[in-house]
Formats: sequence, structure tokens, C-alpha cells
Amino acid sequence: MAQTPPPASAMQPVLRLIRMPNAGLAPKIAAVVLLVIVLATILAPWIAPHDPLAMDPLNRLKGPMPGHPLGTDNYGRDILSRVLIGGRLSLMIGIATAIVSVLLGLIIGMIAGFFRTADAIIMRMMDALMAIPSILLAIALVALNGPSVGSVIAAITIPEIPRVVRLVRAVVLTAREEPYVEAAIALGSSMPKILIQHLVPNTLAPLIVQGTYILASAILTEAILSFLGAGVSTETPTWGNIMAEGRMFFRIKPELILYPGLMLSLCILSINLLGDTARDMLDPRLKKRAG
Amino acid sequence: MLGYILRRILAVIPVMLLVAVFVFLLLRLTPGDPAAIIAGDMATPAQLERIREAMGLNQPLHIQFITWIGQLLRGDLGTSLISNTPVSSMIASRMGPTLAIALLTIIMSVLLAVPMGVLAAWKHRSAADYAVMAFSVLGFSIPVFVIGYIFILIFSLKLGWFPVQGYTPISAGLLPFLKNAFLPALTLTTIYVALIARMTRANMLEVLGEDYIRTARAKGAPERTVLFRHALKNAAVPILTVIGTGFALLIGGVVVTETVFNIPGIGRLTVDAILARDYPVIQAMILLTSFLYVLVNLLIDISYSLFDPRIRY
Repeated sequence: MAQTPPPASAMQPVLRLIRMPNAGLAPKIAAVVLLVIVLATILAPWIAPHDPLAMDPLNRLKGPMPGHPLGTDNYGRDILSRVLIGGRLSLMIGIATAIVSVLLGLIIGMIAGFFRTADAIIMRMMDALMAIPSILLAIALVALNGPSVGSVIAAITIPEIPRVVRLVRAVVLTAREEPYVEAAIALGSSMPKILIQHLVPNTLAPLIVQGTYILASAILTEAILSFLGAGVSTETPTWGNIMAEGRMFFRIKPELILYPGLMLSLCILSINLLGDTARDMLDPRLKKRAG
Repeated sequence: MLGYILRRILAVIPVMLLVAVFVFLLLRLTPGDPAAIIAGDMATPAQLERIREAMGLNQPLHIQFITWIGQLLRGDLGTSLISNTPVSSMIASRMGPTLAIALLTIIMSVLLAVPMGVLAAWKHRSAADYAVMAFSVLGFSIPVFVIGYIFILIFSLKLGWFPVQGYTPISAGLLPFLKNAFLPALTLTTIYVALIARMTRANMLEVLGEDYIRTARAKGAPERTVLFRHALKNAAVPILTVIGTGFALLIGGVVVTETVFNIPGIGRLTVDAILARDYPVIQAMILLTSFLYVLVNLLIDISYSLFDPRIRY
């Protein structure tokens, strides 16, 4: 009686997900594309042909040429190297945002779902937070806290939390009426044990799906923040701030926006496709709705 | 029904009050002295003191909050720290372009997205369906400013059909207005269509599987009637909901698009204010956009009963 295993039904789909059986061609291509992008950015310091910060005043805004396969930017820096290195911080911000917002959302959502007294207050606060347009909230947070990586992550995370809270709360509200939760309460299990052992496994599947969507939207938001002038400072290239710097030269050299934009879009597209696949596999009921 | 509407309207009050608290704390609890930021590095202590006095920063937080809310309720949004003009008149003068482009976007999006979603669901698993789905995944994956620049590159720089940037008010004539507003609206439409088409398709698919659709077809109703009278009307509520929740996306998109196309709207006003730390403008704009979002969703909630007579409160 001491160790009740988590309900098998909640864990199984997560395991099945990794193997991706009978998924269509699109998610498999997406997985490969994403893997290539992630590997390229991880290995960027070794495979990039140039130092992404090295300037070359004689070769500014040049087209593709030997040594610079994608050409150079307004300081003569190698575009390919910058796009490769830029992916590191963009992806890192995305991953950090996804993890932090899922964890915080899980904790707050559990409290809201399980403790009726806290529920009304927490949910009204979440309603208010959701009413504030997330881009405005995020640029305000970065502008006020300074353009550090940490403040960018916090700025993208805060507007994402209410969505996770709503999701977790909904799952907990359904699960807490289940006989096995009632049984655990009747047996006198401690509250943390009930939450962690019986309720968390139920939230796992929807949170994985939500987490991939947050990852995609966080990478997108980082780019938008940089574009609006409220992103990570340009000493460290990100896909967003490379594009932001390219704005001034868009008419003469649109590639400064198009190449990082392409990398970023491919990356987000792959993550979204994988997210859809994960959703279909983890929740067959949703598949019927979304086709 | 009337009671329900009244209750929904009253429920807006605590949400907006909380938004006001968030916005207030956001600006007060950030590190750094607002007065020092406004005055700059060269300010003398006397200047700082004068700014604190003018902004009421010397008073306790709750007094500052109550004073601020009192002013808001009297319609006083404060005065810009940078330009020294009343915030309300700044917003009024910048509202036109934003509203015009947002309206154009909503009209274009609904006109495009609903037929796309209906078609995709009707011809489920056909090439048209996959094309609509591919478009909607793409729309979610490309940053809106990249879409904007690609449109400028193709339609303005290469084809020369539209001016690159700028804005002409609608009062100068419909055609000049459209020449400037079409590309920004099209840019925003791309993401909005992605959202609405996807939702329309999903709900049409669900409704098309219902018994009454089979009944309608069995009694020989023309396919057009089945699709638009029987199916679409029943799928309307979730579609309306997503148009409402997508409104937040639209606000974010407007901010970015106005920057790309250099449009003097409230999106640009907000970004400039945030970057310049013009506190009264930031507060007013975040409150105003949040209020608009809440209002749009309130109206949509209430309109449900028009589309679905089964919903009675």
C-alpha cells in the first residue's frame, strides 16, 4: 500500500510518443529538420567558418563569396556564422521559457485545482494577466528590467503562465473526482503525496504538448522583442537581434532578415508539427477535433 | 438573459481592477528610480525631487494607486513625461491608423478564413484540405515582421504595386488609404487567417459528423444549404471565440506591423513609450488594450445567444 504506482494509462502514451509509430511523413521530416538545426547550433563554435563578431570593414554587405557562403553584414561579419551561433541563444531562451512556465504553471495550477479557497483568487489573477496583450507586457518587462537574457526569459514566461495554469487546473479538477484520488484521501495520504503521485502524472501528457507550443512561441517572441528593440543586447547574436540589426539595410540586403528568418521559421514550423503529432498521440479525443 | 449580461458586465470590474494593480506594480516595483530615469544622468538632486513631487512618487504606494485610479475614473490618463501633452489626446491622434488597419484585417481575415476552413472540412483529406492546413501551420511559424518584409520585398520593391512604408488617412480618399494600408493589413491577415481557418475547419469537421447533417442531406437539401445553413451556423460559437481570443494576437501583431510599415498608430506609440520609459503612456496603453480585449470578449460572449438559440442564461 505504501507505493501506489501512478496510473499506467497516464504514462503509457508518453512512452509511445518517443517511438512515433504510424505518424505521417511530415512529423518525421520535422524531427529530422529540428535535429539538424539543433545540432548545427550546438556545434556552431566548431563548424562556423568565422568568428560571428569578427568585423571586416573592407567586405561590408557583400553577397555570397568564397569564405562567406551567405555573404556579410553591415560590419563585414559572416552571415552564416552569425545565423548558426545566433540559434544557440534563441533556442536556449525558448527551452528555458518552456521549462519555467510549465513548472510554475504546474505548481500554481495544482494549487488552484485542489484548494477551493485559493481557486477563485488565483483564477481571477490569471484572467487579468491574460487580458494584458502578451507582447506589450513582455516589452514592458524587458524595457524596465534591462536587456539581459534573464529578463527576456522572465518577460516571455510571465504571459505564458496563465495558459498552463488553466490547463493544469482543468486536469486536476477532473482527476480529483476520480475514485483513486478519493480513495487516497480516504486512506489518509498526505496532501503532497496525493498531488505528486496521483495528480501530476495526469497533467504530464497535456503539459508536454503545451510545452512544445510554448517553446515555439517563445522563440518567436524573442525575435519580436529584439525586433522592437527590447531584446537581448546585440553583443550576443540571436536570430531576433540579427534580424533587428538587418532592418536598416533591408532594401540593399534583405538576406540579413531572410536567412535568420528562414532558420527561425523552419525551427518553429518543425516544433509546431511535432507538437501537433504529440497532441494527436497523447490525446486521441483531440485528434477527432483537429483532424 | 438580461441578468446574465449584467453579471458578465460586472465580472469585468474585478479583472480590470487587477490589471490596473499589475500595471501599477509593474512600473513601481522595477529596479531603479523612475525619477532618475526620466531626468537622465545629468540631473541635480533638486530636479529629481521636483519630478518625484510632480509624479507623486514621494507618497506611499497605496495612496499613489488610489490617486491614479481616481484620475482614471475621471477620464484623466495623465500627461506624457516626454512630450508633456495629455496622454488621452496622444492616443486620440494615433488611434485612427490602428483602428483602420485592424478593421481591414478582421474583415479580410474572416472573408478568407471562414471559406477556407469550410472548404478544408468539406473536402476532408483532399489536396485543398492539406493546403489550408499547411498554410495555417506556416502562419503560426513565421514571425509577423518577416512576413511584412517579404511582402514589401515582393509587392513594393520588386513589383512596385504599393508604397514601401507610410500611411495615408482614409479621409484623403479610399484608394490612397488602401494603397498604404493593404500590405500591413495583409501581413496581419496572414497570421489571423491561420488561426481562424484552423478553428473553422476543426469545428466544421465535428459538426459535419452530426446526425442532423445526414438528415439534411437525406432530405435532399442542396450541399450549399447543408454547409452554410446547417453546419456553419452550428460551428459559429467556437469560431467567434477564437476571433475574440485572437484579438490579443492582433494587438501584438499591430504593434509589430506598425513598426515594419512605419505607421503612426497606437502600436508604435506604445513601443516608443516603453523604450523611452514614458510611464503615464505605458500605463494608459496597457490598460486600454487590456480593456479592449476584455470588452471584445465580453461582446462575443453575449453574442453567442444570437448564433445559438440553445444558449439561454
